[in-house]
Amino acid sequence: MKNEDISIKMNSLKKLLKGDKRIIAQTISAVENDTNTKILETIFPYTGKAYHIGITGPPGAGKSTLVNVIAKKLLEKNNKIGIIAVDPTSPFSGGALLGDRVRMTDLALQKNVFIRSMASRGSLGGLASKTKDAALVLDASGMDYVLIETIGVGQVELDIAQVCDTTVVILVPESGDSIQAMKAGLLEIADIIVVNKGDREGCDRLIMELKFAFELRDKQAGWHFPILKTIATENKGIEELVSAIDSHRAYLHKSGKLEDERKGKLMLRIHELIEEKIRAHLKEKIIKEDELKIMIDKVYKRKLNPYRIASNIAKGIIKSQTRRK
Amino acid sequence: MDRKIRVIIGKPGLDGHDRGAKVVAAALRDAGMEVIYTGLHQTCESIVEAAIQEDVDIIGLSILSGAHMTIFPKVLNLLKKKRAEDIILTGGGIIPEEDMKKLEKKGVKKMFGPGTPTTEIVDWINENVRAKSKKTKTKKIKKKTGKNRS
Amino acid sequence: MKKDDWEKKSKTCKERDQEFTTVSGLPIKTLYTHEDLKDFDYDRDLGYPGEFPYVRGVYTNMYRGRLWTMRQFSGFGTPKDTNKRYKYLLKHGQTGLSVAFDFPTLYGRDSDDAFACGEVGKCGVAIDTLRDMEILFNGIPLDKISTSMTINPPAAILLAMYIAVGEKQGVPTNVLTGTIQNDMLKEYQAQKTWIYPPEPSMRIITDIMGYCSDNVPKWNTISISGYHIREAGSTALQELAFTLKNGFTYVEYGIKAGLSVDKFAPRLSHFFNSHLDFFEEIAKYRAARRIWARMMQNKYNAQNPRSYLMRFHTQTAGCTLTAQQPENNIIRTAFQAFAAVLGGTQSLHTNSMDETFALPTEKAVKIALRTQQLIACETGVANTIDPLGGSYYIETLTDEMEKGAYEYFEKIDKLGGVVAAIDKGFFQREISRSAYEYQKKLERKERFHVGVNIFKEDEKVNIEILKISKEVERDQVKLLKKVKKERNNAKVKETLKRLRMAAANDENLMPKILDCVKAYATLGEMCNTLKEEFGEYHEPIIF
Repeated sequence: MKNEDISIKMNSLKKLLKGDKRIIAQTISAVENDTNTKILETIFPYTGKAYHIGITGPPGAGKSTLVNVIAKKLLEKNNKIGIIAVDPTSPFSGGALLGDRVRMTDLALQKNVFIRSMASRGSLGGLASKTKDAALVLDASGMDYVLIETIGVGQVELDIAQVCDTTVVILVPESGDSIQAMKAGLLEIADIIVVNKGDREGCDRLIMELKFAFELRDKQAGWHFPILKTIATENKGIEELVSAIDSHRAYLHKSGKLEDERKGKLMLRIHELIEEKIRAHLKEKIIKEDELKIMIDKVYKRKLNPYRIASNIAKGIIKSQTRRK
Repeated sequence: MDRKIRVIIGKPGLDGHDRGAKVVAAALRDAGMEVIYTGLHQTCESIVEAAIQEDVDIIGLSILSGAHMTIFPKVLNLLKKKRAEDIILTGGGIIPEEDMKKLEKKGVKKMFGPGTPTTEIVDWINENVRAKSKKTKTKKIKKKTGKNRS
Repeated sequence: MKKDDWEKKSKTCKERDQEFTTVSGLPIKTLYTHEDLKDFDYDRDLGYPGEFPYVRGVYTNMYRGRLWTMRQFSGFGTPKDTNKRYKYLLKHGQTGLSVAFDFPTLYGRDSDDAFACGEVGKCGVAIDTLRDMEILFNGIPLDKISTSMTINPPAAILLAMYIAVGEKQGVPTNVLTGTIQNDMLKEYQAQKTWIYPPEPSMRIITDIMGYCSDNVPKWNTISISGYHIREAGSTALQELAFTLKNGFTYVEYGIKAGLSVDKFAPRLSHFFNSHLDFFEEIAKYRAARRIWARMMQNKYNAQNPRSYLMRFHTQTAGCTLTAQQPENNIIRTAFQAFAAVLGGTQSLHTNSMDETFALPTEKAVKIALRTQQLIACETGVANTIDPLGGSYYIETLTDEMEKGAYEYFEKIDKLGGVVAAIDKGFFQREISRSAYEYQKKLERKERFHVGVNIFKEDEKVNIEILKISKEVERDQVKLLKKVKKERNNAKVKETLKRLRMAAANDENLMPKILDCVKAYATLGEMCNTLKEEFGEYHEPIIF
């Protein structure tokens, strides 16, 4: 609804780079709502400086509380911190209730902190893409760290991990969590594992299980995956966690992996964007929904098959491409 | 793409009666809006700061403690100080009609009394955010032409 | 005519609604008969008044002996303002006091705290030091009156202040009668007034139980409250189940702290809501008495019959009052009060018609009090005990309520008990869902509130409103400063230090708090001292 005029927005570029919070907020809204990438193109040269930390885990693991205490620790060293908290959107109405800020209210008033809640907006893949764009805005605004908090339930997290230099996966010692996490592929993206609510029953057993699971990966990766115990509500284990993040960062630097990985991630991002654009183009221009609808009756009755239809349409596109060459 | 309406529902002050705030928050969500809930016991400063960082269209405050004549004007002042007067302020709670009128005069866009159906609140927000975005659009275009002339 | 025939006949009749349910959603049949009470056993299921399982009442002759206590919750402005209102209420026949504190006091903050700005004296009376309590009860003999104080996280401090005022009046502690709400579990679940996390809160509560059973034996140490759970939007069944489960949790913590159940349980009292559905409410109170008695006997092995008594206070439902056609609230409240009396309440507060706008005016409060007096003196309902006992409908509802409550107990146990379930957001979620459901029903017109979604009229509400002047905050802060200047600050520091040490060492906190109070330490100073030791609670966000 608030269709911002992009050229005027960019008059605010200076303010954005200086970290003006109102402008940061409006810029995020603009990139969140607009398919036009002009703003992102303008700010891209000013990005690449912030260190990105992903924090993910199942609902109720205490992610927001943990983000809150990590941010406070980082603040002590005079860092500027941007936080993005992602909550799921209601599949029925497309609306969302975003409550993560509650955990961070004292933090939000700090001069060097900016917090933004984002709704997943239902569209598959769209969320990850918009989150990455929002992170880019925070990066451009001079943040030293960008923390991205997501609910660890699937593909979205794996995608968001792409922008993060260090990904922290949070689990709690409740039955089934570790298995669920492994199933969801969460542990694959983890650089650091945290077992929060470490005073609860079953904590040590979960840590043992995790250690066993990571033994193998340690050897392959050249990075020793730390498995840490925290009690975020009591500020316990946070020092260790922040220092683990520091060590991971140092390791990435020293091994040259930071640059390699970031290049790899940019490569992936380009692929993604191409796909996004082509998909949009296909939807708008190439695939004729009405024609498909007419055919679908025949497909249903098994007189036509989906494979043939798809390959015929695709062949048409490819042919026109080669002709152009 | 249509911009989703973003609303912050705030519980300033000390009262813990969050039934109304939560019911309204849930109703706005079900009407397709993105609702940021601040939690209880917020200062006016933290609500305004959140409204700015979250780039909301509307701030809705629920106050049942009797402190409304202190809190609403304070929030209005803070918005002005931060040059964010374009964010619409509304609210409700246990508030006498006389005070509601006073607050509306001071710049709270609308006060909702007890018994207001949530659908009425939803409609009001939709209408007012739309009206606001129309206004900003025309303002911006004017600005742009002004710039072109110079 | 046989029942089958009647049923056939009744099915041919058109009904005005598709389904009939209680306000909480329990289905209601067209007719209840003896067949609904097939397994009914009078001695086992009802018993006689004052006898196990106390369904018909906790005392042998109930209101034939003594009417319920008419106790209007009240407090606003400075202690001086409230003292004047108390004297007014007592003059008009009120029989007990009930103190409403302002929000800063409820949260353990002084009137000059940044958070108190705009809130001082607004929703209740402001109390900062013992000096304020002395003014509040000036000219009110504490040996002649019972006082209920709605206070939770700082309950120990307000009780200590009350004890100290009594001492100054020459009233020994074993004569003092009254109640502190002191029910923290429902705060985390519903009313959301908290300072410390649940575990230290439970420790303070058991300290109070221990101290009072030795020193203030007639004091009700906890008022286990469903009122606020209901106001936050729960159903009647949720109110019943959560309240009683909270009560049993206090019993378990008391036992765990080494107290004898029969020493502290008789001092536990309850506090319920009286909502719109007349019969459902009555069934709720009756079921509560039976569940409490059975569980105290069977599960907690209490021997003293006084431990089995579910004594309770009732307040009519504030959340049912409407801003529209506010005079209707007088009638609404009267029906709710009527249900509470038929349900056998020990004391009652009736809401005033103007409370959706502000605290009540003197006139509105008087009408509310008169409502109770009318029920007591004119209607004749208090002339026999449990007049609805044996009603097929009431007894069936009572049974259903009891059954439903046990199902909830089991669910909560599976979650690891009340404290663990709070942490998981169980109660908060249940309550906010019920609240939202209820609102949706109102908007779909499946439920009605006269003046709100039916029989509406264009009106200009014109009733008098109580105003709290701006001077209240100023005067209160001034007095606080004066007290701080005049007191012995070295002594305050010393007593606070001892309090902190006791908190760290698992000593009973009550004697240390009394020392602080007598040295005129402020409420905020004491709460902050304990906060340093216990930490602060942060709510989980549940919708």
